[in-house]
Amino acid sequence: MGNKQTIFTAQQLDSYQDCTYFTRKEILRLFDRYRDLAPQLVPLDYTCQPDVKLPYELIGSMPELKDNPFRQRIAEVFSDDGEGNMTLDDFLDMFSVLSEMAPRDLKAYYAFKIYDFNNDDFLCKSDLEKTLNKLTRNELTEDEVRMVCEKVIDESDLDNDGRLSLEDFQTMIVRAPDFLSTFHIRI
Amino acid sequence: MAYRVNISQTDSDSESDFEDMGGSKPGQGTFRFIREPAASTQRCPESLQMDNFRECTGANREDLPFTASGHMRDETLDTGQRKSLQRHHWSAATLKVLSSMPSRTAGINAVIPKYARDSSQQPQTSSHDSSHHSKSIQADFVQEEMEEISAEENKYEQLVSNLRGLSVSEAMRKLRATPLSLADKMRVRRLAFRDVDESSFISRNIACYRRLGLYISRTWRHCLFSCLSVLASLQLWHSPMKILSGRFGTGVLSYFLFLRTLLLFNLFLFTINGLFLVFPQAVNPPPHDLHSNNFTGLELLTGTGYLSQSVMFYGFYTNTTLTTCRAVNATKTADLPICDPLQPQMVPYSIPAAYLFTIAISFFIICIILVYSMSKSFGRSFQVLKSNRNLAGNIFCIWDFKVSKNTSVRLQSEKISTQLKELMSELTSGEDAKSYTQRLCRLMVHVLAWVICLISIVLSAMAVHYLSEACITQSPFKDTELLLLPAVVSAINLLLPGLFNLCTWVENYDSPSVCVYVSIFRNLMLKVSLVGVLCFRWLGRIAVEPESHGLQCWENCVGQELYRLLLMDFVFTVLYTFLGEFLWRLFFKQVLRRNRKPVFDIARNVLELIYGQTLTWLGVLFAPLLPAVQIIKLFVLFYMKKSSLLLNCQASRQPWRASQMTTLFVSLLFFPSYLGAAVSVTYTIWTIKPSTECGPFRNLTTMFHSGKLWVQQLESSNTLLFWLSWAYDFLVENPLFLFVVNGVFLIVIYVHSQVVDGQRRIVSRLQKQIENEGKDKKFLITNLQALFERSSLVSPYR
Repeated sequence: MGNKQTIFTAQQLDSYQDCTYFTRKEILRLFDRYRDLAPQLVPLDYTCQPDVKLPYELIGSMPELKDNPFRQRIAEVFSDDGEGNMTLDDFLDMFSVLSEMAPRDLKAYYAFKIYDFNNDDFLCKSDLEKTLNKLTRNELTEDEVRMVCEKVIDESDLDNDGRLSLEDFQTMIVRAPDFLSTFHIRI
Repeated sequence: MAYRVNISQTDSDSESDFEDMGGSKPGQGTFRFIREPAASTQRCPESLQMDNFRECTGANREDLPFTASGHMRDETLDTGQRKSLQRHHWSAATLKVLSSMPSRTAGINAVIPKYARDSSQQPQTSSHDSSHHSKSIQADFVQEEMEEISAEENKYEQLVSNLRGLSVSEAMRKLRATPLSLADKMRVRRLAFRDVDESSFISRNIACYRRLGLYISRTWRHCLFSCLSVLASLQLWHSPMKILSGRFGTGVLSYFLFLRTLLLFNLFLFTINGLFLVFPQAVNPPPHDLHSNNFTGLELLTGTGYLSQSVMFYGFYTNTTLTTCRAVNATKTADLPICDPLQPQMVPYSIPAAYLFTIAISFFIICIILVYSMSKSFGRSFQVLKSNRNLAGNIFCIWDFKVSKNTSVRLQSEKISTQLKELMSELTSGEDAKSYTQRLCRLMVHVLAWVICLISIVLSAMAVHYLSEACITQSPFKDTELLLLPAVVSAINLLLPGLFNLCTWVENYDSPSVCVYVSIFRNLMLKVSLVGVLCFRWLGRIAVEPESHGLQCWENCVGQELYRLLLMDFVFTVLYTFLGEFLWRLFFKQVLRRNRKPVFDIARNVLELIYGQTLTWLGVLFAPLLPAVQIIKLFVLFYMKKSSLLLNCQASRQPWRASQMTTLFVSLLFFPSYLGAAVSVTYTIWTIKPSTECGPFRNLTTMFHSGKLWVQQLESSNTLLFWLSWAYDFLVENPLFLFVVNGVFLIVIYVHSQVVDGQRRIVSRLQKQIENEGKDKKFLITNLQALFERSSLVSPYR
């Protein structure tokens, strides 16, 4: 109901609305943002579901992501091919999970994936070290980084195998109420 | 031997867990997600491996079962690398067993996302090494993959069937929270809701009434979504807030979100008052005497003169009942036509009753909204498990993804590294062993600071009190002198928090959050005492003996004072923002030659907002249009603070725990602010005698009386409503009933708090149990591994 738009069919918009945390208006606005990244690549008519993928360089140049140290991981986690090249569906999915209304468990799942640099479903010591270095822009010495990683694993490794599984991560997130407000991008 | 049995047991357990998955817990709010353990995706090779173990002949380690699948051999080769990553140097076989434990492989309803599928394929590339068992193993692997894919399809179907079993909104909520890619989610949605979306008109099997029901529910859903999207699009100030959060982070954003919430509250109050109170009376204005009509600009500031006779203040409202027609022998309303019983008439609209009930109902609704938002915010920020130092959680939650400006990102990184360095130094050096004299010194400093703050608060309260007494004794009030008291109050509100900040800076608290709480508390004490003194002035002095102060209409006077306070507060804030922050920055730049900009003090500004809102709530009874003034004030304040921030301030270097602070602010808004205002208003309505010459409650003993009179009037005009007056007498006037209700509430609260206490204890006990289980597991695995190693070196296997 409302304005006539010809980018999506009504079913497509309904389906997007049901599967993301966005309203119609926000979905159309996000489409405009997506298209603005590469107007010559993205058609104005998505009713026939064209297969358009924007390369990672364009996604990573968005003002919301441009200076984020984790932007490459974010793009890789949400992209279909794991390289950061995103279709419109991936784009919507990414901002939906990072929006205000996504529940804690869903965000924790994707946060885990983002911090898991080697994609082995565990946060091992190297993942933690890389995370720390990205957080502090390599300002901590190696000793300090090692100490912090050991303490982190000590604190949250509940099943004692030297690395953090998804359950450990989620238990840890439950204890940190700020997670919902920091793992959030406004678009 | 023994442990072969164990392993196959784990094996069958994990398989049965997969079967279990489908049938469980559709009512659960969250999905637990299956991940395939990356190190092994195969479930059979455990038994394969053990078989090979049995078959192996050599005592040579290389020929051990670990070579049966080339996968394992590669892993032993990589052990060297892995050793540096893992703490306990488990062997590859142990790792395999660990990763196929039930706790790792059990999951409930979710489908494996394709990431796990991709990652699980990585180790398989190393498994196709040559070994004499490789062919049979390869075949098994292929079979594994096919089983896996069909298992996945099964899980999709399980997800779909689970969703079908729920109501549509529940299912949508669950689907949205599933960690699948959007394309997969849309596919699942299509599968699950095929029948609901298809036009059911075509199918003849559906009965007529059900068809209609489905049609209605679909159009209702569409309407609801479009309405919600309209409401959501009323996102006021969306892009300015984005710019601010991009530059300053979540802490500063929470101030502006709070401002927006207050604006919405005031908008609500304004609409309700406007519709039910201001509009009916404005359309039928009372006859007013025109003795003060010269309009000077000062009147906007003082609220006297022209404004005092306008719809803004209490005095404008009459104690009449508005009707469109009059009874035959009514003389007062001679200009209205006579009622014709055959024609439709407007329901007589009693202004006093409308005044009373509008104020009461709007306060009640605000109470409900505040309690609801307080409980929601409290729930979100509640920490389930007490942890003194949740370093791990802090690390993963510390990065504020909203920050997008380059310099702010760099600042954030610096902030994080400073925090971590401090933490590490604390860990390595332990607690500072402060000497006895040092501790005593610090205690003295704390005591001194507290004494100074308390004395300053008491002095300022007394100053305001004496000033107010002086003003009262020296009536009639002159125009400019009216502004003296509000100016003094606003000046105190502005300067004293600066003193408190200085005290906390001198005290040098160890933990920044304690520092914030202490300064909030001191600021709050100041404002509570000031508002308390003023309330005493209004309700205890002016309202009680209005004639002795020469006031015909004391409510008007109180309303005007609140109006002046609000405006003066606004003027001083503007002055402080423009002069204070701007001059501060210039001072630092020119005189001290440093590029340090002032930091935006979030706590202080939020308390200012709460103070303004308290004044509005206090004043709504005496000046129904005061929310409109507050709305304009908040609007201007937003743009002013935003531009001042962007020009003059820099982001704070202290960490700001946004969700806990937001909970605190909402609770402060409820507890001293709203409750205090509600208590004062209730006290006024219940006990104080309204003035006899103005307002809708003239000639009544209390304002509350009008409600009773109205109910009696209704009863007399329409005897069917006798139950209303009976209910009124029994419920509202009867103190016993109120006591009983309060008692019941207190009991319920007590029971709930005991339940929460018990749950907390259970949670800590369970946590200990988990830790013990972890230790047990480690113990068992170490010993089993040792046993295995010993036996592999010693005994042959035939």
